[in-house]
Amino acid sequence: MVPAITAEKLTKKFGDFTAVNQITFEVQKGEIFGFLGANGAGKTTAMRMLNGLSRPTSGQASVAGFDVYRETEKIKKHIGYMSQKFSLYEDLTVRENIQFYGGIYGLPGREIRHQIKELIGGLGMQEYANTLVKAIPLGWKQKLSFSIAIMHRPEIVFLDEPTGGVDPITRRQFWEMIYKAASEGMTIFVTTHYMDESEYCGRVSIMVDGRIAALDTPRALKEQFGASSMNDVFLQLTRPNQKES
Amino acid sequence: MRTILFIVRKEFLQIFRHKVMLPLIFLMPIIQLVILAHAADFEVKNINLHIVDQDKSLASQQLISKFQASRNFNIVGYSFSSRLAFDKIQSGDADLFLEIPPHFHRGLIRDNKASLQLSVNAINGVQAGLANAYANAIIQDFNGQIRTEWAKTRAGAAPAGLSITYSNWFNPEMNYKTFMVPGILVLLVTLIGMFLSGMNIVKEKEIGTIEQINVTPIRKYQFIIGKLLPFWIIALVELSIGLVVGWLVFDIPFVGSLWLIYSFAAIYLLVVLGLGLLVSTFTETQQQAMFISWFLLIIFILMSGLFTPIESMPEWAQAITHFNPVAYFVEVMRMVLLKGSNFMDIRLHFIVMLTAALAVNVLAVVNYRKTN
Repeated sequence: MVPAITAEKLTKKFGDFTAVNQITFEVQKGEIFGFLGANGAGKTTAMRMLNGLSRPTSGQASVAGFDVYRETEKIKKHIGYMSQKFSLYEDLTVRENIQFYGGIYGLPGREIRHQIKELIGGLGMQEYANTLVKAIPLGWKQKLSFSIAIMHRPEIVFLDEPTGGVDPITRRQFWEMIYKAASEGMTIFVTTHYMDESEYCGRVSIMVDGRIAALDTPRALKEQFGASSMNDVFLQLTRPNQKES
Repeated sequence: MRTILFIVRKEFLQIFRHKVMLPLIFLMPIIQLVILAHAADFEVKNINLHIVDQDKSLASQQLISKFQASRNFNIVGYSFSSRLAFDKIQSGDADLFLEIPPHFHRGLIRDNKASLQLSVNAINGVQAGLANAYANAIIQDFNGQIRTEWAKTRAGAAPAGLSITYSNWFNPEMNYKTFMVPGILVLLVTLIGMFLSGMNIVKEKEIGTIEQINVTPIRKYQFIIGKLLPFWIIALVELSIGLVVGWLVFDIPFVGSLWLIYSFAAIYLLVVLGLGLLVSTFTETQQQAMFISWFLLIIFILMSGLFTPIESMPEWAQAITHFNPVAYFVEVMRMVLLKGSNFMDIRLHFIVMLTAALAVNVLAVVNYRKTN
């Protein structure tokens, strides 16, 4: 089986600064792949190279079987993306946002109408359907963003800190949505810095200063570092000096 | 095509959702049009004229009474020497003086010719030029009159075929508003169009929604056309409202074909909006886009020939106006609306504008990057 994502020595430099330094990994189809790291570790930059928003400086990578240098537009047909910045139009209603993105992805009118009903119903957002997005609570916005990002049934979906600033209950619901999408065969590539969330992932990579410092299942990582939680693993990797002292 | 329609619809939803935007787009320009058309009046009235009459004859009296009758001139004083008159100009009491030399009347009768001297304070060049032109018109009028009058008394000596024709420029009855309104309308449509389009893409960059667009398989040309169309439609509606106001309030004559105006406007707007979008693609914030748009607009407007004639600019500046879309549209508006020029008269304007529209928009598409 062809992996959903492969990256080999993928690197991005901004002038003298190396944001992503020769990262190599593979993500299998249907996998929930957690991409962990402190702020500024290079998670978002790595993700942007994979979804065709940013051109790599060197290295190789393919997404859904397409090359990240030459076939970015083909990649875009097969992926969904939920960026860290809020990506819906605040001055459009929930319904209008769904309509717009459905249209941009080329869904037929019938399908768009179906999705509006399905999506709003699935999220239990009937009361917000005709509300401007700026007026709905953050948790709802994030769930809506995710639903819109997978509305066109992409093979792979990239989520950049999807649960940032969201309350624990909504985070829980959000992860249920992620599991549901994965169970339908979608590959999930998710960055987070909530360590408890990493436990939900099939495999986890931890980025430190642009490099991948560790990559395995949460259980294997905990064993490897002799840690009781992913939080410990993370602290050992990001602050190795503190442990020695 | 469908993708483009989805963008157009989204843009319209966003524009009309903001309650502030509607009056901003449609009401403000109309107010500006009405105010500016009255303010930008180049007609010069009440020019202070000092008269130096050294002849004191029937002819000189006739000439002076013609100036008295004109509503452009106020006769503010009489003296016998040009030196005194010059002092009046120096002190600011007079804008110009007319010197009628001795033997003016005799010269006219005997030699069939006489000379006059006009001295104009030219610190305000526009006023000086017009004062000069008005005075000339009156003198020519006087000239024609005495020739016909005196010809009756001296049969056979009628001067051969001397006819005076007025060009509109010198016609004191000329209505400057009809001259200015079409030009001002061009400016307003340009301002609105350029700012709306210039702020647009960059606004999506600021909010971050552009990322979400860039990660979709949308084609770059679809995106640019989708962004261009709504403002194109708004600007054409704006132009229509302006034309109606011009027709109702200012009696703009509409001599030529409206179809021609609209065809040209349609292409012209592609240039202006494309330029706005181009600015939008290479700036990062709305503030930057605003500065660059203003920089371009100021040059476009001041070098458009609306306020100062292009012919009186230095040659290098005239060369620059060949690249100024506003100058083309101002000229076309005046030619078609006021003179009734047809397509053949302005075909060069069309060719230039089409080329520019193509170039600017291709640049905008190329310069819009989905992958950085």
